[in-house]
Amino acid sequence: MLQLDHVHIALGGFTLGADFTVQSGAKLALIGPSGAGKSTLLAAIAGFQPLASGRILWQGQPLHNQPPAARPVSILFQDNNLFGHLTLAQNLGLGLRPALRHSAAEHQQIDAALTRVGLAGMGARRPADLSGGQQSRAALARVLLQRRPLLLLDEPFAALGPGLRAEMLDLVAELTTGAAITLIMVTHAPEDALRLCPISTLVANGQAHAPVETGALFETPPPALRAYLGRSTP
Amino acid sequence: MQGARSLPEWPGWIAGLFLAGFLTLPMAAVLWHAGGGSAPQPADWAALRFTVLQALYSAGLSVLLAIPVARALSRRQFRGRALLLALMGAPFILPVIVAILGLLAVFGRAGWLNQILAALSLPELQIYGMHGVVLAHVFFNLPLATRMILQGWQAVPGERFRLAASLGMGRAMVFRVIEWPMLRGVAPGAFAVIFAICLSSFAVALVLGGGPRATTLELAIYQAFRFDFDLGRAAMLAGIQLALVALATALALRFGGVVQGLAGGQGRPALRPEAAHPLLRLWDGALIALVAAFLLAPLLAVVLRGAPALLALPGPVWKAALVSLAVALAATGLSMGMACALAITALRRTGLELLAIGGLALSPLVVGTGAFLLLNPWTNPTALALPVTVVVNAVMALPFALRLILPRLRQIEATQGRLADSLGLRGLARLRWLIWPQLKPALGFAAGLAAALSMGDLGVIALFSDPQHATLPLQVLRLMGAYKTEAAAGAGLLLLLCSFGLFWLFDRGGRHAAA
Repeated sequence: MLQLDHVHIALGGFTLGADFTVQSGAKLALIGPSGAGKSTLLAAIAGFQPLASGRILWQGQPLHNQPPAARPVSILFQDNNLFGHLTLAQNLGLGLRPALRHSAAEHQQIDAALTRVGLAGMGARRPADLSGGQQSRAALARVLLQRRPLLLLDEPFAALGPGLRAEMLDLVAELTTGAAITLIMVTHAPEDALRLCPISTLVANGQAHAPVETGALFETPPPALRAYLGRSTP
Repeated sequence: MQGARSLPEWPGWIAGLFLAGFLTLPMAAVLWHAGGGSAPQPADWAALRFTVLQALYSAGLSVLLAIPVARALSRRQFRGRALLLALMGAPFILPVIVAILGLLAVFGRAGWLNQILAALSLPELQIYGMHGVVLAHVFFNLPLATRMILQGWQAVPGERFRLAASLGMGRAMVFRVIEWPMLRGVAPGAFAVIFAICLSSFAVALVLGGGPRATTLELAIYQAFRFDFDLGRAAMLAGIQLALVALATALALRFGGVVQGLAGGQGRPALRPEAAHPLLRLWDGALIALVAAFLLAPLLAVVLRGAPALLALPGPVWKAALVSLAVALAATGLSMGMACALAITALRRTGLELLAIGGLALSPLVVGTGAFLLLNPWTNPTALALPVTVVVNAVMALPFALRLILPRLRQIEATQGRLADSLGLRGLARLRWLIWPQLKPALGFAAGLAAALSMGDLGVIALFSDPQHATLPLQVLRLMGAYKTEAAAGAGLLLLLCSFGLFWLFDRGGRHAAA
């Protein structure tokens, strides 16, 4: 269980509050206007954004003072999720161990992860040789190898077309469901939230609201979400 | 680019023609004359060897020292960081002779460092010769190297360091995976640029070098010209220098952006969890403090020594200051006019940009020699010393000005050119309402650079100067040569104030007008 306990973030003049819990294995979408603080909240959970006050706990243990690598978190950013000068195998290997040479057993794991995301045999290629969709797959394969219980997605598929994006979300669903991974995903698109995340949190006006059922949220949106979606007031 | 046709291109062609003539005619005169000149003597080979060696040492040391400094700056946030980064841009517009005054005050025979060493009964440090030349070059180029390499660090996307942190990479891994590949791309460029700059060293070698063991080619040209009036030998040396600098400039252009590191580097440092260790912070802090002291102490020395003498300066110094100001303003006007004309034409003719970059390969003493050879049959070249200086200074500033102006102009035309076309904004109206308001900050900065560079230039003027037409840098040099230390310090401070003042006025003017 991930607990955001009276979390308060201050960044220049910008502030964000969050106070809710997410059950283990849940899939949560963060939705809201640009600049509302969705990515900032992810950065706080991942350890890149210090808290002004409050606590973040995972399974009852405080996280917020741990360095990023010590947290049970894997994260994918909007871009730059792979090192361009390293091969896919090297990039994936970094998810196992921060080194560039790996044992035969580790190489088997890397190959298996590549196969699972549909990139079998591409370990020697570099990111530049891949399509956008393939790069996303490779990044997801590294996440698999990291075996962290909490996966944070900061719109890593935003640059992909609608079809490819849906494909990636399905792949994420497939990879996370069996492994009891808790997912928190930033998104701009209601259809992405509906596709993958049973619950959603509205981030707007300096507050990350408590999660609610995604379908219900979009059926009867609160005023802030209505304004964001561009629907007229009923 | 459609919009470019809405602006006249002929001024750019005239400027280009003038530039091509200026870059090639003196060279041709030199080469033609050198053909009939003497064969290189052992002393000339020694000058070539010293020129290359000191440039290698200077560039190598600057880059090696810049790497840890840039790394410290890239990962630390502290009060005064922006100020220190701005200070690192200062050596670029600092007159060489003023820097030498400052370095002598700190590292010279009776300088601060030797006073401390003497108090500790340690042996005296010698500033003359190879290590003095290299010291001065490192003083000038360490900040440039630091800024270039810092830009490399800041160009690494923040996510890379975050990803590294979230994957648990330690410092060694971060270096191997992120920093080393970046350095491999950036450091050779910095080295090549500084190497090329140091090849044309004249003023530094004139004061701190000299003698058979520490003479650069530029200095040898000056001596052949000035003392022996051996035109054949001067031309032969100029030919060697020309080939050397052309080669090094080609390498510098091949390996790196030539004038990166002039502006920028103001972004906030990335969050770097792997470097959070307190000892590492201490190390970085000490490095930054040391570099700040190395850069500030000579400037401070010039101010402290010069201030008492400033008001009691002899009349010729004030007259020289006026001459220098006039030269600087004329050179700035000429340079900006040519830069704007060339930039407009270069929007569609990229070859023109390369021509202006050719100014980087310009060796003032080679041009001076060539101009002398060209003018001598017709008139007394000494009478034209100041006009020649104005043109040389304008052409030397041109590559920097163009690199500042052209990208901005391209951006304006790319984003708003079509809109302006559809509104029928052409010719002067286009310049007045579309270009000028948006280009002003870049123009102001470029004009400031050109003015400061020209104000502090000690090159051609040393070659064919006479007492009536001395510029301020030359006057400082003469006072130093006559061992009038106090007056030299005062004149040096005046020169410093003029250079920085001109830069500040132009830069501020551009920004103020834009606001």
